[in-house]
Amino acid sequence: MAGAHHPSSDTSRPAVETRQLTRVYKTRRDVTTALENVDLKVGQGELFGVLGPNGAGKTTLIKILVTLLLPTSGVALVDGLDVVRDFKRLRSRISMVSGGEQAGYGILKVREQLWMFSQFYGMDSKAARRRIDELLERLGLAEAANKQITSLSSGMRQKMNLIRGLMTDPRVLFLDEPTVALDVGAARDVRSEVQRWMREDPTRTVILTTHYMQEADELCDRVAIVNRGRIVAEGAPRALKESVDEDVIVDLQLEPGTPLLEVLRAIEGVGAASVREEDGVDRFSLLLADDAILPRVMTTVESAGRRVSGLVRRQPTLEDAFVKLVGRSMTEEEA
Amino acid sequence: MIGAAQRTEYPALRIFFKTIVARAYPRVMAANRQKTWLFFDMAFPVVGALAMVLVYEGLHAPRQYLGFVVMGGAMLAFWQNVLWSMAAQFSWDRGNGTLELYVISPTTFEGVLLGMALGSMFTVTLRAVVILVFGSLLFGITYTAAGSLPAIGVFLLTLSALYCLGMLLASLFLFYGREAWHLSNAMQEPVNFLSGLYFPVHALGAYVGGAASIVPMTLGLDAMRQLLLPGTPVFIPAGTEALLVAIQVPIFAVLAGVSLRFMESRARRDGKLVTRWE
Repeated sequence: MAGAHHPSSDTSRPAVETRQLTRVYKTRRDVTTALENVDLKVGQGELFGVLGPNGAGKTTLIKILVTLLLPTSGVALVDGLDVVRDFKRLRSRISMVSGGEQAGYGILKVREQLWMFSQFYGMDSKAARRRIDELLERLGLAEAANKQITSLSSGMRQKMNLIRGLMTDPRVLFLDEPTVALDVGAARDVRSEVQRWMREDPTRTVILTTHYMQEADELCDRVAIVNRGRIVAEGAPRALKESVDEDVIVDLQLEPGTPLLEVLRAIEGVGAASVREEDGVDRFSLLLADDAILPRVMTTVESAGRRVSGLVRRQPTLEDAFVKLVGRSMTEEEA
Repeated sequence: MIGAAQRTEYPALRIFFKTIVARAYPRVMAANRQKTWLFFDMAFPVVGALAMVLVYEGLHAPRQYLGFVVMGGAMLAFWQNVLWSMAAQFSWDRGNGTLELYVISPTTFEGVLLGMALGSMFTVTLRAVVILVFGSLLFGITYTAAGSLPAIGVFLLTLSALYCLGMLLASLFLFYGREAWHLSNAMQEPVNFLSGLYFPVHALGAYVGGAASIVPMTLGLDAMRQLLLPGTPVFIPAGTEALLVAIQVPIFAVLAGVSLRFMESRARRDGKLVTRWE
């Protein structure tokens, strides 16, 4: 399912709004601008994705919105409350779950740890326990409820973390790379629970950061692509993919050989190119202006002495949109 | 459906008390599930106090010094608890991301810290009682029965002041993280010495003793010794010491509150609360 959990999501009543949001980290040695003049408006009821490579500024954005960091300049409002001035009131309305989270105390059992966190929000103990049990059941963790946290697998642990995020019923839930390093099954369970939780109440809003394009495509109503602290594109995944609709997208697999990426990028009509090495094969993704460019590409490959092991024309993905917008792949940006 | 109707914002006072109980819980469970503390938290401190007693015996010190050591050993348990299980805990909590979750919840640091203190109270008190009872029986120390009630009062005041000081120290850990470990390390032995854990603070003289009185344990312990051990050299009369400790309670409480707010704000500004940057 691609996004659109709430066709009635209300962008005129923003759950999150930032204006010229900037965050600069200063250390003795250097100054890093993690976010620069970010303008964002997320409607109530939206599942909004913030995409970008590691180091793009996604986590900084989240940490500002959840009141962990102060912005250097600009304004950020969550559920109508200013993250700088009204942070105390805001904290009862938000929650955050991060990927690979190890928070809490290993000596506790799953149900105990969740109860402990529920008390920091003032929840009634009995109601909290009932709610925890319901969520444990839904996420398939009921049998692990009395297991000590240290004995959980990473997938089980992340499901527990997600329950912590959901149990206080936040108005805005922040998910920071929630499926990072999870196996396929656990990641799927986390994604489906987020979708189900969103469907249950049209006022719920989720801000999800991820560098998994497919995850964003599957979950999000709208996404913003962040690169080097700036938003380079914003819109529904479908709309972003449409931006590369007129391009011909080709996946080209080559046996190892001389470097070719910059050569391919230099060919007139090649809009963007990226490469990743997988199973000893170089997998190029090329955005071509039209079909007529392909023969030129193949000639260049042959003259470089590279052997073609596969060639596929395929539908555009969000990754292609990213490559077209930024000029490089996420992996290259991270490197 | 789970949720929407249950969405509530609770009063701060309710959250505060619930936080104390909830944060005490892991400590109580740890004491229950990891019995090794019975050995490490009991045997080692008893041996430490015993060693000091043997030194005094070797020096043919007056008999009452054995009582000073036993009482100091008992109070040391509380001071170490303040330094390592309360103030320094924020450093651990930052490392695994728990601090972030405290910050973004509507609870307060005071609630969390008092929960830590309360959760450790059982084990620490037991450790103090074991040193006191074991030491007193072993070395035949006698206490003045008449002074026991006032001494309990002074003890409770001292404990309150000590834990408020612990909250103040915790605020440093909020901002400085691991650097604050060095501070705790650096404070441990000098404070043990200056607060007269193993000898009457009178021996330090007015200036050094006066300066050491900033740590509530100095005056509190001295007052308790005066009340329970006849012949304790008087640094300041016990009543005055108790009054000074009582004054320290609100001072440290207010300072801790101000410092926690200030350090949180600085930590948010400088990115010290987050476990990783991106």
